[in-house]
Formats: sequence, structure tokens, C-alpha cells
Amino acid sequence: MSKVIEVKGLYYRYDGMDEDVLLNINLEIERGEFVLLTGASGCGKTTLCRCFNGLIPHFYGGDLRGEIQVAGFDVKKTPIHKMALKVGFIFQNPDSQLFSLTVERDVAFGLENLGVEREEIKRRVDWALEVVGMKEYRHSAPYELSGGQKQRVAIASVLAMNPEIIVLDEPTAYLDPKTSLKIFQLLDDLNQKLGLTVILVEHRLDLASRYASRLIVMSRGRIVLDGDPATLFHHKLEEYGVSTPRLIRFFRQLEKEGYSFDRLPLSTEEASTLLRRIIS
Amino acid sequence: MIEVVDVYYSYPNGFTALKGVSLTIDRGECVAIMGENGAGKTTLIKHFNGLLKPTKGVVLVDGDNTRDLSVAQLSRKVGLVFQNPDHQFFSETVEDEVAFALKNFGFQEDEIKRRVDQVLERMGLKQYRQSSPFNLSGGEKKRLAIASVIVFNPDYLILDEPTIGQDYLQKCEIINIIRSFLREGKAVVIVTHDLEFVVDLKPRVVLMSQGKIILDDYADRALTNLKILDDASLLPPQITELAYRILNSPSLEGILDEHDLMEIVKPLLKRG
Repeated sequence: MSKVIEVKGLYYRYDGMDEDVLLNINLEIERGEFVLLTGASGCGKTTLCRCFNGLIPHFYGGDLRGEIQVAGFDVKKTPIHKMALKVGFIFQNPDSQLFSLTVERDVAFGLENLGVEREEIKRRVDWALEVVGMKEYRHSAPYELSGGQKQRVAIASVLAMNPEIIVLDEPTAYLDPKTSLKIFQLLDDLNQKLGLTVILVEHRLDLASRYASRLIVMSRGRIVLDGDPATLFHHKLEEYGVSTPRLIRFFRQLEKEGYSFDRLPLSTEEASTLLRRIIS
Repeated sequence: MIEVVDVYYSYPNGFTALKGVSLTIDRGECVAIMGENGAGKTTLIKHFNGLLKPTKGVVLVDGDNTRDLSVAQLSRKVGLVFQNPDHQFFSETVEDEVAFALKNFGFQEDEIKRRVDQVLERMGLKQYRQSSPFNLSGGEKKRLAIASVIVFNPDYLILDEPTIGQDYLQKCEIINIIRSFLREGKAVVIVTHDLEFVVDLKPRVVLMSQGKIILDDYADRALTNLKILDDASLLPPQITELAYRILNSPSLEGILDEHDLMEIVKPLLKRG
């Protein structure tokens, strides 16, 4: 396995602020991991993500100390346009990301900017729209699409650039639960089939944690927990301002009754298997 | 009381977002309006403060037809917090944004100051009072939008997706605010996709799909009706789904959170 992100002793302070917002971050992420990154508002998770694609320090300025390597590049020395090829970003609201008259143009935009050849653009746009299941909408206007469809197009426009890492900041915040689940399933697919490294920033862990291979919890600028979600949920995440899925809360109550579980369930399927063993 | 009587609404482009909606919301009630994207939820609540007037049908607020009142008159009673707070802000500082409605409603200077201080403290925004609303993070903007409405203490508080971008403790604070409004006998209406948030509140639930109300019932029944949740593009609460998987029971009524399920499971546990 190769490391796609390596962070050593990273500190960061925004311009004009008198405190560091990242404090001694040490982190290694292997290619193909699905990382769920969470923590209370203001814990530094968005700031950390901005370091992954070079927005920090190249756009936000400020004082970045320590080492950070992403996709083989030293972020501090690599311009944003180069980092953007390796690290794709998806935000809460897809409206902030789509601006063209057709879906196709939106997905092609980044490639056109890079001066990629027409044939290659067409091939990559076709592929990206196929992967996210939006091929039949290629001539639609983004504003005609539903929220979930828009988010798929935003993901396609990132995929078309063929990045190594995709970072998503609460991508389902505006979507209904079923549509949200479908987006998480798409991310799971991209992760499993294409080996894409996924970094998903979320406040709500109930739907997303079953897809994650790793859960990282930040608090006050530090990484405070890092590991397999099924065992990490043994910790009281509420202390870090993170809500615990109800399934986990239910199993904690069972533990109070004297049962113990090495791995806590992340889906109702797992939960029902575990529960059947202990009820008559 | 807000009374919505057989309301239809068509947008200028011809899209009919509401197709015969009837609903009554009493003071003291907590109502969650849920359903898929595009179901008509936001269109419906924009009728409560007169931002939209029905194409057909009537909306009455405390007996007055919203057609006969201006949005400004209605807003004093019906405080609406938009889904996307950027649409709501126009002041240069957070402080001015929160004070705006109070000034408009003619409150005294010292009363304005007292209320603004109190609400900024409560929403965790005190340190930003001189900042521009547009420089806040998404979650902070959302709390500022809530602050600028609760500050004038409306009789009906309408929240469109209040929990987006909010962490666990901030959600707890939003729940506290909702409960304190309810205790004062005010009505709170929440449009939300956040099922677990609804499970915490256990309100009356109005499920919408394609411009119609498909169910109007208390959370105990509404959120455990798997068939109808599916029709509304909703997933059942995690605990309800687990109960469905393990219990051979035709009814899951009232099984919403970990405590509800524990009560049922406890007698079934094998001692070992």
C-alpha cells in the first residue's frame, strides 16, 4: 500500500488570528482508504481539508508549519492548479459548483481549462457521467436537476479530472435521506471499484459510517481519535461534540446490561445479527 | 392558529408545487414537515408569512386572510428562517442583522441592545458581532438566521432545515430553543430531512410528496409507518428499522429511539 497523504507535525494559523487552528496534526492515509472526518464546528476539519489541495497556504495565506505531502507533492511548494488535478473537492451545496448551461459543459470545464484534447475530453466526460449515473442528462441544464442529481454532476466534474483523492464537505446536507444514502453508495462504489481515496467530512454519522474504513475525530485543532469506526464508537464521542448514531447508543445500553461487543454495529443488518444472538 | 384550506400554488413557470393542501397548526404545537426534495415543503411554509399567496384556496393566520395583510405585518407574528441564510442577510455586521427586525418593529434602543446581546450569546455568535454575516461559516450563518428571527419572539416560528451544518451541541441548543418556544405556548414548524433530529423532538409529522400531504400524524405512528416513509423518500429511524428486522410484530408504533427499543428487548434478553 502506498501513502497518498502524509502529514507530520502540522500547525496552521489564519492571517490575523492569534491562535493556531491546527495543532500538531500527524496523519497518514493510504491509497484507497475511505475516511470519515468529523468533529464539532470549529474543530479544524475544514481547515485540514483545505491543506490537502493547497488552498492553504496558497489561497488563504496564513502560517503553515510542519510537513504535508499529498499525492507525492509537497503542498507548500506546489501551486493550487497542480494540486487540483490530484485532489477533487465537493461542497455542501452543489449550486456553488455548477455554472454552465449544460451538464456536459460543466463536467468538461476543468478539462478544457487544462487544454486537454477534444476527443479525450469527450471520452472522459462520457465516462464520468456514466459512473455517476447521469449520462441521460448530459444536455440538461443544471438548474433543471434535483439536488441529488446536481451533486452527482458535481462529483462527475471532479472525477473527469481523474483525481487520486476526493474530499467532500457534508455533500448531502441539502438532500433527502434516500437521496443521501444513494450518494454515499456512489462514493462507496468509487472507492471500491476505482480505488479512489475518499475523505468525507460529516456531522451526521448514522448513514455514512458503514461505508468508512476509518473514522477520524478532531477537537480543538487536534486529532483526538483515529481508527476503525466499529471499535472507535466505544468512545464517548459526545465529549467531542459529535453525535453518536442511535444504533450505537442502543448497543451501549446493552453493554450496561452486561453484554460486550468487540465491534459495534454500523448498519441495522449488522445490529440485527448481533442482537439475535442474545435474545430469545 | 394557521389554517391552510385546500391550497394550490403554481409558480410563474407553470410548475404546480402545491395541489390541494389543507392543514391546521395550533399555538403550542410542534410540527415537522418532511418529504423528498421538491415535494412542496418550502413552498408551503412561504405561505405562512404571506411571501407566497395561494393560486387557489386560502391561508388564515389567527383568522386573517394572508391576502389582506402585507409580509411585513405577518412577519411580526410568523418568523420564517430560510433554508439558505445567504438569501436573508443584507446588513454589514452580525449585530445589525440581528437588530434589524427589532428596529423595524420600533423597539427601544436599550431593549434592542439587551435582546441582541442575549440572542448572540445563546447562538454562540458573540465573538462575531462586528463581523460581516457573509464571512461566517455555513453553520454560523444558519445560527445567525435563527438568531435574527427568534430575537423578535414571533408567535409562530418556522424553520427551514435548521440543522444543516450544525454539530451535536448546536443541535441540542436548537432543540432547547424549540422547546422553550413551545413552553411559551408558541407554535414551531420545522421543515427537515434530519430524521434523528425529529426523533428527538417527537412532533406531529406532516409527510408531503409531489405537492400533497400524504400523512399527518404523531411521530410515534408516522415515523414507524415504513410503507408511507418509503413513498415520501424517507428512511425509517435506525431504531425503528432494527425493530422491524428483529421483531415479528405487525406494528412498530412508538419504537423510535434506543429507550423505546430497550423496553421491548429487555424482557427477551438471554441471561448468560
